[in-house]
Amino acid sequence: MSDGETLTSSEYIRHHLQNLTYGQHADGSWGLAHNAEDLAEMGFWSINLDSMAFAIGLGLLFMWLFRKVAKSATADVPGGLQNFVEWVVEFIDDSVRGSFSGKNPLVAPLALTIFVWIALMNTMDLVPVDYLPFVAGQLGVGHLKIVPSTDPNVTFAMALSVFFLVLFYSVKMKGFGGFIGELTLHPFGKWGMPFNLFLEGVNLLSKPVSLALRLFGNMYAGEMIFILIALLPWYAQWTLSLPWAIFHILIVLLQAFIFMTLTIVYLDMAHHVEDHH
Amino acid sequence: MNINLTLFGQTISFFLFVWFCMKFVWPPIMQALEERKAKIADGLAAADRGKHEQELAEKRAKDLLVEAKREAAEIIANANKRANEIVEESKGDARTEGERIVVAARAEIDKERNQAREELRAQVVSLALAGAEKVLGREINATEHNDYLTKMSAQL
Repeated sequence: MSDGETLTSSEYIRHHLQNLTYGQHADGSWGLAHNAEDLAEMGFWSINLDSMAFAIGLGLLFMWLFRKVAKSATADVPGGLQNFVEWVVEFIDDSVRGSFSGKNPLVAPLALTIFVWIALMNTMDLVPVDYLPFVAGQLGVGHLKIVPSTDPNVTFAMALSVFFLVLFYSVKMKGFGGFIGELTLHPFGKWGMPFNLFLEGVNLLSKPVSLALRLFGNMYAGEMIFILIALLPWYAQWTLSLPWAIFHILIVLLQAFIFMTLTIVYLDMAHHVEDHH
Repeated sequence: MNINLTLFGQTISFFLFVWFCMKFVWPPIMQALEERKAKIADGLAAADRGKHEQELAEKRAKDLLVEAKREAAEIIANANKRANEIVEESKGDARTEGERIVVAARAEIDKERNQAREELRAQVVSLALAGAEKVLGREINATEHNDYLTKMSAQL
């Protein structure tokens, strides 16, 4: 740990877990948050510059790469990059065909975006924890979290977007009455309406919450372990960080895949008009 | 760890990315994939067709080969026959020619013999005349006795 002399372990950890947040201080001036108290003062009306920058940057990288292939895509023998992109696209297409029974041109591109974007954001976890924050520190930026998916704002934003789409398509496919009916008329028929609504409401609301918290929890925990490993003496770190990083490659892709698959499944449920109730 | 405006910022960028992906990324790639699928199917069908055609061509080639062999055998047989005929013809021609040469030679020989005989006869006549001259001691007038001489030489 490079600046271990000036920081205690807990300060080091806390430092690594704080976003670069821009907002209004208690005295009315606008600026970056320097510590947890600043963050508390800023409240909701502030923005995590690092999460936004890395998420959008990775999103743009994804768009640029795939757009490049899409523009030059031919039916002839594909090159290396086109091959890779086609492999990803076919993988997503297979997943969507396997889980989604309706017909909606949005679902497959949505699944592709979710999968690749989350995978890219998660992959930032494999960059050694001190590299970019150290460079940022040299440039005068006090805090930097480079893994956007360890920021609950990011995961909740995606999960709520998916949730919004689920609500939208539920109403669109089943009609408003149909959707309300689905929420209130079973499992116990019309006499158990309040209880039905409670059960179905929990069921419905748990979808975005579990979606967001699963991804956030996994990535946050993974990042935390990398930070803890970084507290070891420099010559011993690799004994733990190497196996954890290798294992983490699996988590990176697995979490992206789970998020994507559940999105497809939820949207499929939203499209599914049940006629036996 | 606190929820703030990042939530909205992320939501907006998320929808923009999804929109972009749906509009500009997914369709061309899927189209290329579909096209390639069709192309591969066409290629496989063409390969099957080609294989079938090759089988047919091989069969036809075999047939042609058999036919050609048969024709070749026929031609060789004909040629042999013709060669024999030519040999026979030549033999015949040679025999005729030989006979003709022999006949001509014979005629020549006869002719030369006759000529020699004529010469001998003439010499004998002149010798006889000379002998007679000596015997008679006087010159015989050849013109006066020409008739007699001619008769005598014809008897020789």
